[in-house]
Formats: sequence, C-alpha cells, structure tokens
Amino acid sequence: MGAACAYYCATAGLRVSVVERGAIGSGTTSACEGNILVSDKEPGPELDLALLSSRLWRRIGEELVRSTIEYEAKGGVVVAGSPDSADGLRHLTAGQRTTGVDAVDIGPDELFELEPNVTRQAVGGAFYAQDAQVQPVLATAQLLRRARMLGATVHPGTGVTGFVRDGQGAVTGVRTDSADTPVLYAQWVINAAGTWAGQLSELAGAPVPVLPRKGFILVTEPLPRVVRHKVYTAEYVANVASSDAGLETSVVVEGTRAGTVLIGASRERVGFDRSISLPVLRKLAAQAIGVFPFLADVSLLRTYLGFRPYCPDHLPVIGPDPRAPGLLHACGHEGAGIGLAGATGHLLAQHLSGEKPDLDLTPFRPDRFEEATP
Amino acid sequence: MTTPPPGFTFTFDGEPVPARSGQSVAAALIASGRRSWRHTRTEGRPRGVFCGIGVCFDCLVTVNGRPNHRACLVEARPGDTVSTQEGAGHDDLAC
Repeated sequence: MGAACAYYCATAGLRVSVVERGAIGSGTTSACEGNILVSDKEPGPELDLALLSSRLWRRIGEELVRSTIEYEAKGGVVVAGSPDSADGLRHLTAGQRTTGVDAVDIGPDELFELEPNVTRQAVGGAFYAQDAQVQPVLATAQLLRRARMLGATVHPGTGVTGFVRDGQGAVTGVRTDSADTPVLYAQWVINAAGTWAGQLSELAGAPVPVLPRKGFILVTEPLPRVVRHKVYTAEYVANVASSDAGLETSVVVEGTRAGTVLIGASRERVGFDRSISLPVLRKLAAQAIGVFPFLADVSLLRTYLGFRPYCPDHLPVIGPDPRAPGLLHACGHEGAGIGLAGATGHLLAQHLSGEKPDLDLTPFRPDRFEEATP
Repeated sequence: MTTPPPGFTFTFDGEPVPARSGQSVAAALIASGRRSWRHTRTEGRPRGVFCGIGVCFDCLVTVNGRPNHRACLVEARPGDTVSTQEGAGHDDLAC
C-alpha cells in the first residue's frame, strides 16, 4: 500500500520519502496471495474502488513490464457446489454486471472446460475476466524502484515513533527510531501502516479502528499447470463480507509462476496471535480437496499466515483526516490490500496534487467511525 | 566381527538395483553406478545427490509412484519401484 502511494505520488511530481519499520513488504504484503479481484465484492464503494484498481494494475503491469511483477490477467472462476449456491451467485453477478464487472454465469460444462481438474460435483459457477494476480513482494519492490527513479527516498528498518505538529496542531512530519533520520518533515504524511495503521493513527491522535484478521495459506509442492484461474467457492464471497468473530474458511486456490499452488484462506479474529492451528490447516486442506480432488495426492511444502487489516464496516480508510490536518490514511483494506493499492495510491496522489479524485472518497473518510458511535 | 546386513533388490526404471537393509535409495543408486535420477522442471537437466543430508532437495525421485522423495533420506525397501522423476513429477495432473 505504501509503495503504491509512493509510486503514484512520485509520478505526480511530489517529493516522497517512504518510512518502513521492517524490510520492504515485510508486513501483510509478504503474507498474502497478491489477489486483484473484482469478483468477491458486492456492488458498492469497495467494488467501485476495485474496478478502478483493476484498470490501474493493468496499466502498472504495462509500465513496469508484467513479468517483473508476475502480473497475470488469468481471470477468476467461482464454483457453485449446490443449486442454492448457484442461485446466490447468479443474484450477485447480476448486481455486479450493472456496475461494470465482466461476470458471466456458467454451467457445469463451461466450468469443466475452464477448469478441467475441478470436482465433478460442481453444478456451475461464474467467470470473471477482470480478476488478476501479482507476486506482491515483487510488485512492491518494483513500485518503489520506479518511485526512487523519480526521486523518492526509501528508509527501511526505520520505525515511526511519533508525529511532529505545528502550533495549530497540523501534522508536519514524523519522528523515527533511526539515528540517521530522527525526524522527517513533510507537508503531508500518509498512514499506510497496514494492520498496524490503527496503532499509528493513535500516535497521531486521530484514531482509526484497524484490527487484525488472521489468515493461513497452504503451499503445495511445485506442480505443472493444474489450476488455470483464481478459483474459489461461492461461499467465499459470503465470508469476505462477514463480521462473524469465529473461524471461517472458504477456499481460494490458484497456481503461481513458481509451480506451487496456493490454498487460502482462513479468517480468524484472534488479535496478533502467530501460533499455528492444525485444525484450521486441516479444514482448509479438506475444503481445497473438495474443490480439486486431485489435491488429495499432493503434498504441502509449508504454510504461512498473515494479518489482514480490517475496519468494523469492512471499508478501507482513504483520504485526509480532518482531525489532524496534514495526515492522510491509506489503510484498512482487509484481504484486498494488494488489489486496492493501485486505486488508493492513485486517488491520494490526485487529492494531493489538487485534482478531483476519480472516485468520491466520502465513503472511505477517516472520521466516519466517530459519527457511528456518538 | 559384524555381519553385513542382508541384501535385497529394488527396481530403478525397471532394472534391478542391489541394496542393503538401512541403505538410502541414493546410496544404493550411487553404488550401482548411477549419478542422476531426476530432470529439472524448466530445462530438463540431470540431477542426483548434491548435499546428501536432506537439506537441498536436489535428489528428488519418484518412489512407488509418488514423486518428490529425497533419495538421500528415503530408506530402500525390498521390491520398491523407483523411477526417474521428470520435472515436478505430476505430469499426469497437467491441464
């Protein structure tokens, strides 16, 4: 997220410094799947953001050379396991089509042609040509590389410890734990601290409720091409939008350039707990085998987990914070951070350049949570 | 005097390979004069033992139909069917 903001701001001619507590991409970026999806969103402001971002990622892919970020416009396939799921899915696609999503309802024959290895128990589904993926760490590195070529500076291993304010209370920079750059002054500061953005916003005295949602991903041994698209079950969409505190798993399966197949994604609200849960991994694996029976004979190499930054209303926080002039937020994108990064960076760069942003930022405004809890 | 462990054979690409109880598949293959039993995924280059201690995953081989066994760690068993692993060893799944 920070890298996309830096890329678009530097492209707009702004002078940019990136302050990263750890290594580049060491937060949720390196613990996700690199999804750029329009398919898993219901009509509304987040889908508008996803549609804009999908176009922008395609443009980024052209500019940075697709192969350097492993951009693949592979399309998404949603599998319906029962007539009920298929009905729900058709209702969703009908709504999505009115907003510009390229969603095609498909029957079982078309499904098996698109994904020959998918379970023959499936009754149909939907195909989304706009769904894509990138290798998220490569994408982050390449976006920052381009930003640096345009004059940006990057400070890895530098944690923000506080904000500099002027006499009127406006944010005019950040303090850091680095001896080399203890203070960085800036006209604007963008909070793109991912799952830790809530903590950073409190340091600034302008809190936004960004919380961690834990997700495991399984990695198989390298395989030939066995899964052609991003494939997930119709139940996944329901879970993405869910506010249930307990464990939810709904399977997303995709191949990668390296040959490994990634199987996501569980969702648990358990704070920043990094412990491995075998029952969760088992459940994910069993669901993946339900969609792709051949996986029963495939070995897993490893698993990884990450913390998706979510807000209570499941919308990201994007835009200037009226409580702290000079501070902007780009956080709370939950499991769609990579996908929505393009649009978020672009819209903030437009705002900071004095242009009218392509999308209205009102639904994403940082102070909306205070209105909700009087 | 210790008596050597009893000998047996397994097959590698259809040919019998002598082995002794406790010996790894890699050790038996090397003792039989073979140095490679896998072809890499991208360029099809031959591979055999590199580290020999289970770390590098270079010596992958297909044992009894299952690919990606580390030959240096898998103990040879009488009657095993060992075969050269082509690429990821799952060509049957490709689509």
